Amino acid sequence: MPFKLLAHGLGARPRRMWHDRPLKDRYDVVIIGGGAHGLACAYYLARDHGVTDVAVVEKSYIGSGGSGRNTAILRSNYLTPEGVRFYDASLDLYGDLSEDLDFNVMFSRRGHLTLAHDDGSVRTMRRRAEVNRLQGVDSRLVFPDELAGICPQLDLSDRPRFPIHAALYHPPGGIIRHDAVVWGYARGADERGVDIHQYTEVTGIDIASGGVTGVQTTRGPVAAGTVLSATAGWASNLAAMAGLRLPLDTFPLQACVTEPLKPFLDVVVVSGSLHVYISQSGRGELVMGASVDPFTSYSVAGSLDFLEGLSGHVLELFPFLSQVRILRQWAGLCEMPPDYSPLMGGTPVKGFYLDAGWGTYGFKASPICGKTLAELIATGRSPDLIHPFRLSRFAEFDPVGEKGAAAVGH
Amino acid sequence: MLLLACPHCGERNVSEFHYGGEYSPRPSPSTAADDEEWHDYLYLRDNPMGTRREWWLHRAGCGLWFLVERDRRTNAVSRTFRWSPDGAPAEGAG
Repeated sequence: MPFKLLAHGLGARPRRMWHDRPLKDRYDVVIIGGGAHGLACAYYLARDHGVTDVAVVEKSYIGSGGSGRNTAILRSNYLTPEGVRFYDASLDLYGDLSEDLDFNVMFSRRGHLTLAHDDGSVRTMRRRAEVNRLQGVDSRLVFPDELAGICPQLDLSDRPRFPIHAALYHPPGGIIRHDAVVWGYARGADERGVDIHQYTEVTGIDIASGGVTGVQTTRGPVAAGTVLSATAGWASNLAAMAGLRLPLDTFPLQACVTEPLKPFLDVVVVSGSLHVYISQSGRGELVMGASVDPFTSYSVAGSLDFLEGLSGHVLELFPFLSQVRILRQWAGLCEMPPDYSPLMGGTPVKGFYLDAGWGTYGFKASPICGKTLAELIATGRSPDLIHPFRLSRFAEFDPVGEKGAAAVGH
Repeated sequence: MLLLACPHCGERNVSEFHYGGEYSPRPSPSTAADDEEWHDYLYLRDNPMGTRREWWLHRAGCGLWFLVERDRRTNAVSRTFRWSPDGAPAEGAG
């Protein structure tokens, strides 16, 4: 309808994707953290379970934390069967997300390469490929002859200090527009009656006789029988308000983008040994990240060490990028658990749920994490998919060791 | 944070050091610590958004493991000191 479109374009009516509503003094469910995880959980609570008396409280603007600071890479080629199943369910949801939300989240399934530069890495990649295939995930080991066809831009010669021996190729992986995911979930939740309260910081959690009764916020107290903490990076501080200690330590993770270039790289390239991942965004910028900073902090200041280290490693893979300029760099917060797997589900405090420990792998899990936690909150039953990631796994000597595939350089 | 004061060597570039995690006293082998105590010691951390005491190693220097009090919002170090067995920190540089 070109005329309708034109009228729209001329601003016939302003469109708001979500609304500022007054903060009520009571909700059935309060979700702390307005990122992709919290908003997804609110969306699935309303859509799948009819729970609409939900408030999402966010201390800044929505998507201002990890959801807007990651490098937007999606994949499911993890190391443990539990991890592979979980992330693959997430990738499935991402695949239909644009249609689900009626909002283009720009998911580009362009393929994902994890490079191996030594025999040890080749063995790990082979094991990952086998675990992945056993769970029905498209993932295989490729060697330089085939790699040259998939990503001819890579320097596959003997020139680099650590030449490329092989790669784990994961065709369903890709990149997405992370802001669009946040906005799409926010709109979908808002349409279904969820209240989104931005610039509302939680300052305390009220507990009476072992159960949660509400939260204190900078805009006043809110009563609620169910509270979900979905605050990547800050979970230890929220948990402390509920009297809990968590197996987490918070590290900054830095990333950067270059100036826009013509499209030349249509695959995501990751190297664990060189601590680097790189992809080209729809705008042509190269989005690059590395491993977490060498020491823990809540500071998101960037460092020259990071830029120098990363640039050197990128030039090992793509020497022709040496004249490209960096546009900007930033950092996000990653809370690392001892086994590099997330913490999801209930806690010893009744009605207080955790969505935490998302280290460097949180954004790609947003849809499935929101969906499974919505099911847990609505029905009280923990879905099989997230049972392995329960908080009590450490006390039960049952960790999910995901260090070999969680990210780079741990 | 660009500089850190090693109690033995004095101020050095932070890249010489290795971060060793939050300080938490190990349950004494002479008392019968149960599984829960060991679980708390091994896994749980305060991870506060504020000042905490943590282990650092002067890896590219004298090799000393020492303690640092650092504000994790700003990375400002308030003091660094040697560990001592009775728990009372012996004063060092910084």
